[in-house]
Amino acid sequence: MALGFEASLGDSVVTTKLDAIVNWGRQYSLWPMVFGTACCAIEFMSAAASQHDISRWGAEVVRFSPRQADLMLVCGTVSYKQAPILKRIYEQMPEPKWVVAMGACASSGGIYDNYCTVQGIDTIIPVDVYISGCPPRPEAVLDALMKIQDQIKGESVLKDRHKDFKGILD
Amino acid sequence: MNATALEKIQAAFPEAAVSIALDTAVVAVRPEKLIETLTRLKNERDFKFSLLLDVTAIDYLEYPAVQEARFAIVYTLRNWQKNLLVQVRTPVHDPDAGVPSVTALWDSANWGEREVYDQYGINFIGHPDLRRILNHWQFKGHPLRRDYNIRQGQICYETDSLEKEIKARLATKGVSQSMMEDINTEIMFLNLGPSHPVTHGAIRILTALDGETIVANVNEIGYLHRGFEKTAESLTYNQVIPLTDRLNYCSALMNNIAYVKAVESWLGVEITERTKFMRVVLSEFFRIQDHLVCIAANLVDMGGLTNYWYLYNEKEASYDLISRLTGARLTSSFTRIGGMYRDFYEGWEADMDHHIKNIEKGVSDSLKLIAKNRIVHDRTQGVCIMPKEKALSYGYTGPCLRASGVPFDLRKDAPYYNYESFDFEVPVGTTGDLYDRLMIRFEEIFQSIRIIRQAMKAIPEGPIFVDNHAVALPPKSQVYGKIEGLANHFKLIFEGVKTPPGEWYDSFEAANGELGFHFVSDGSGKPYKVKVRPPCFYIMGGFHEMVEGAMIADTVINLGSINIIGGELDR
Ligand code: SF4
Repeated sequence: MALGFEASLGDSVVTTKLDAIVNWGRQYSLWPMVFGTACCAIEFMSAAASQHDISRWGAEVVRFSPRQADLMLVCGTVSYKQAPILKRIYEQMPEPKWVVAMGACASSGGIYDNYCTVQGIDTIIPVDVYISGCPPRPEAVLDALMKIQDQIKGESVLKDRHKDFKGILD
Repeated sequence: MNATALEKIQAAFPEAAVSIALDTAVVAVRPEKLIETLTRLKNERDFKFSLLLDVTAIDYLEYPAVQEARFAIVYTLRNWQKNLLVQVRTPVHDPDAGVPSVTALWDSANWGEREVYDQYGINFIGHPDLRRILNHWQFKGHPLRRDYNIRQGQICYETDSLEKEIKARLATKGVSQSMMEDINTEIMFLNLGPSHPVTHGAIRILTALDGETIVANVNEIGYLHRGFEKTAESLTYNQVIPLTDRLNYCSALMNNIAYVKAVESWLGVEITERTKFMRVVLSEFFRIQDHLVCIAANLVDMGGLTNYWYLYNEKEASYDLISRLTGARLTSSFTRIGGMYRDFYEGWEADMDHHIKNIEKGVSDSLKLIAKNRIVHDRTQGVCIMPKEKALSYGYTGPCLRASGVPFDLRKDAPYYNYESFDFEVPVGTTGDLYDRLMIRFEEIFQSIRIIRQAMKAIPEGPIFVDNHAVALPPKSQVYGKIEGLANHFKLIFEGVKTPPGEWYDSFEAANGELGFHFVSDGSGKPYKVKVRPPCFYIMGGFHEMVEGAMIADTVINLGSINIIGGELDR
């Protein structure tokens, strides 16, 4: 995700300062794309509603178009039937992008250890933060958001992320 | 089922073996008599079974008692006027040859039979569109057969194009390939979903458009198929309860209650009065929650975000009570066979009072915004109509059926848990349009509040578990103090509650309609088979009838108005 001409500047003062300012911007304007499939999506609704208010972290601009979003929240069980769609949507999101697996199902298949359920979405797309719980409480979603923000802080505009990932559908 | 009805059925079908299981008359017929029997049950004046509730199959491969054939098919029918339930069953000797399809009699058979084909591999002769419905099209084998390994997942690389199906649907509307190639006719295909904000989950709505008007529509479901039925077969009866939370996750506790009620009825366990009242209070409270989410989301689809805050905030507040009571916000798992996990906590009455007052206020505020709102009226009245006859034929139940003018509600027509002694009304619509579906949910919220208030006044003190330790766990003092108590506890946990061998169907008026469970027991502590009769599944089966002829924007709010919940739809 090197931004362009600055890549040629290498690891200099210019780019480290640039990192700081770009990351600051990215951290507080994450636009989530909610890939809500099941029960966990209901808890995401609560995280977005007034009581927990996700906008305190600057992430309230929920986009349903992957092309306008940079944070994918997978809320719910992903079945094998769903898997190609998940992958397609992930690919439609422009870089840089981050992925949160919300709940036991998205993280590992959860209680559904069976013929139709993908045993964790990290077999299909790369995941940055996992949230445990079935379903996780809304606070846990906010916690994951903060973890992503922390992670962004340490990133560099010079390095590409996850280009080597190979999932079961690749 | 009363005795005269049973006699009538036996008299009408002398060659069939008629027996009774709970409230259901079970008619076992020869395969060649199947269509005749079902036709007569549907059409004859004495029977008039206008609702085909469910179709399912049973694989007897590992069943201890010897059966005539490996597979059997069961049709569950209901006469809603007289409250009669009948199940017609027939052996299937050769699944590849199969049995004749009943799609000509009931439209609900279309999806019902497709599911049986998908899960059991039984063919239906004459079915117009027999293909997989829950599993993906690249799937090999039939997962609910006993010899299919539960862990054998199969990867899907591509989604089905559905081109053939939509073209076939277009042809029924008089639009053929040659006509489409005509320069003057441009049919455009548009997918809504599987991942799209309107779908509130994952459903694929494929439409063929003329301008903005929908000419033909085909829907694909199964994106949230999580193998409920297969998983339940390897769990004890009590272990299945957490799975039921995840059917209709907007009203998890209602599913818990419906499930244990079905098991208890077969066991012949009479739960305590207090438990009955607890279940009534909690079902109605969750019915309210379900309707709140449905209406809130529906109004957002319509463009009224303010309503969302009025309604959703009350739901969010109710979580205080729910989590205080059950320990969880969403997935409650609060019932046990023979009782409830815990009694109400001290001071719950005040909390409940407070919440229902706020809900009343929130709902009234929201109603003020829409009741006389011209935009809402124009967008909903006379739009996406589901006529009464069609609704019955597609197997509609619950608010969607009542919106079409059929006053059928299990709480009134086949009351359980003392519902007959509560004073409440069942709102019924007139035309079956979007407006009716929306307003019925509003009214049901007020009626549920009425029931809760009455139940709170009348709830007696007493135990919440039955005093029967073949079903309920013994008190801890006995478990730790006596060897019998310990053995009892151990057996119940490890082996599960033993049910007598047999098959039965039991139903419950859930927020979306009739939630039924068809069980097959082999006498052990684990169900040999559980089939859920999900209200959503059949409602979605008739979706195309409502939206063909309507606009895209209507489709969006129509999907919201029928309250499709993926967990229940695809199980
Ligand atoms: S983790 Fe639990 S709550 Fe979340 S989608 Fe899975 S089953 Fe539902």
